[in-house]
Amino acid sequence: MTTPVLQATGLVKRYGKVTALAGADLELLPGEILAVIGDNGAGKSSLIKALSGAVVPDEGEILLDGEPVSFSTPIDARKAGIETVHQSLAVSPSLDIAANLFLGREKRRKGVLGSVFRMLDRNGMREEARRQLDALGIMTIQNPGQAVETLSGGQRQAVAVARAAAFGSRVVIMDEPTAALGVRESRAVLDLILQVRDRGLPVILISHNMPHVFEVADRIHIQRLGRRKAVVDPRSVSMSDAVAIMTGAMEPPEAA
Amino acid sequence: MTTTATRPPSPLPEQRDRSVLTRLQHLLHAQATIGPAVVLLAAIIVFALLSDRFLTPGNISLILQQVAVVGTLAVGQTIVILTAGIDLSCGAIMVLTSIVMAKVAADTGLPGLPALLLGFVVGTLCGLLNGLLVTRLKLPPFIVTLGTLNVFFALNLWYSASATIRGTDMPSLLLWTGQTVNIGGTRITYGSIMMVVLVAAMAFVLKNTAWGRHVYATGDDSEAARLSGIRTSRVLLSVYATAGLVYALAAWTLIGRIASASPQAGQLDNLDSITAVVIGGTSLFGGRGAIVGSLLGALIVGVFRNGLALAGVDVLWQTMAVGVLIIVAVSLDQWIRKVKP
Repeated sequence: MTTPVLQATGLVKRYGKVTALAGADLELLPGEILAVIGDNGAGKSSLIKALSGAVVPDEGEILLDGEPVSFSTPIDARKAGIETVHQSLAVSPSLDIAANLFLGREKRRKGVLGSVFRMLDRNGMREEARRQLDALGIMTIQNPGQAVETLSGGQRQAVAVARAAAFGSRVVIMDEPTAALGVRESRAVLDLILQVRDRGLPVILISHNMPHVFEVADRIHIQRLGRRKAVVDPRSVSMSDAVAIMTGAMEPPEAA
Repeated sequence: MTTTATRPPSPLPEQRDRSVLTRLQHLLHAQATIGPAVVLLAAIIVFALLSDRFLTPGNISLILQQVAVVGTLAVGQTIVILTAGIDLSCGAIMVLTSIVMAKVAADTGLPGLPALLLGFVVGTLCGLLNGLLVTRLKLPPFIVTLGTLNVFFALNLWYSASATIRGTDMPSLLLWTGQTVNIGGTRITYGSIMMVVLVAAMAFVLKNTAWGRHVYATGDDSEAARLSGIRTSRVLLSVYATAGLVYALAAWTLIGRIASASPQAGQLDNLDSITAVVIGGTSLFGGRGAIVGSLLGALIVGVFRNGLALAGVDVLWQTMAVGVLIIVAVSLDQWIRKVKP
């Protein structure tokens, strides 16, 4: 059996009397898109936050390529190669696309201008941004010097995905990437997700949208009451069965 | 040629027809300093036509001297407002540091340079205290600085015993900012020059360094900035501390301007600096604006007051004019923010 890229075992997270995670497990295999679905309050968000360093679990272990890791901030997770596209997008509207791609890890100019005057390599970052957008086939964005607030929702999402794909070396986590988008924009973002996977980066996709999940996921992790209820194969389980397992109306099949 | 070919399918947004007003909105959105620059230019032309004395070297020198203190304060105020904060304590920090610089030197005979540096340290520490209260106790900057405004002002009254320190009792270095140099027939104070250099330096840092971008990002959407890996608390702390240092520079300019250190000086300079920043096109909601705009804003206020005075208009109407300018500037900002992609 291949070693999972990212593995979580027995994660527990309590908020006062509320138990958000009650011993949750997760396995992400190399080169796959793992969809995480679950009803509201099933612990999807807490699970993802634990993996992306946004919350520290009370118990349990996270393994990256088989090595135990512990993240106390999102920056730790990023340093380990786990990039997250947050539902809130985490882009800064008044800055331009290139500035957003490099936000928090700007490149400086070479020589004295960079080391003494701390000058940013604006052109270098714009070119790199252009390359990243091209690599993902994001052609609707013409100018990386454009302010993000002038972009549509789908284009902003594309910027956030491009950032994750550009800097994520191990795992990309996407939280509801199509939630606020129209049909055509969702289509483009789903294609982006497949592109990211095809570049060899495994993706964890959190979504409420069953047709989207069934379209792109290689495996589906069903979260229920703070635990992993089942992992199913979208080719052998129907959408309605997956929803039934998610809501507790049906017991999962023996093996996925 | 068929009729269908004459009309290209779905034109790009850039090619869509726009009204003059929408174009203006987009232009101001992209270049926030155009507005204040146009207002300043218009004001200069109007006042030059109204009074022969307006554009004389002596009068220009006077305006620059009057603007130097508030203009310097506005540099610190701008970086705080860019983070969606506000600093009501800037005037109090300035007065406290001016008293510390002057009184320590006058009482102990400390030479000018160490006295000045001591003032810089005090100013930075005051700013740092604001920053700690904002980031650690998570209090709104308005409340924090309203509190520290009173704290610093009280400390200033206590340390100075409410007494003014005369210029003749202090080292000449502290008064250097009030001395002038002749530039093209106009006598410019070193304090005014320092303000311009400071504006240029801060504009460079904001535009060209990662720190500058992080300041904008923190003010724009602090949660997004945090999730992007920016340590927003650290950015805020550095912004308030830097602002404190800038206010200490303003204190130096203040001493030179009034040739003494008075515990009662600069009482309304905190509000005047906010006025300059707002008229200069920086948004009170953070993340948008520029230092150069604040200098223009300070100059606009200075030019309006001076020009109206030369035209023989009563002081109360000068104040009225500044009030109207503020309302217009903020309305304009609201309108620009509603720009559609």
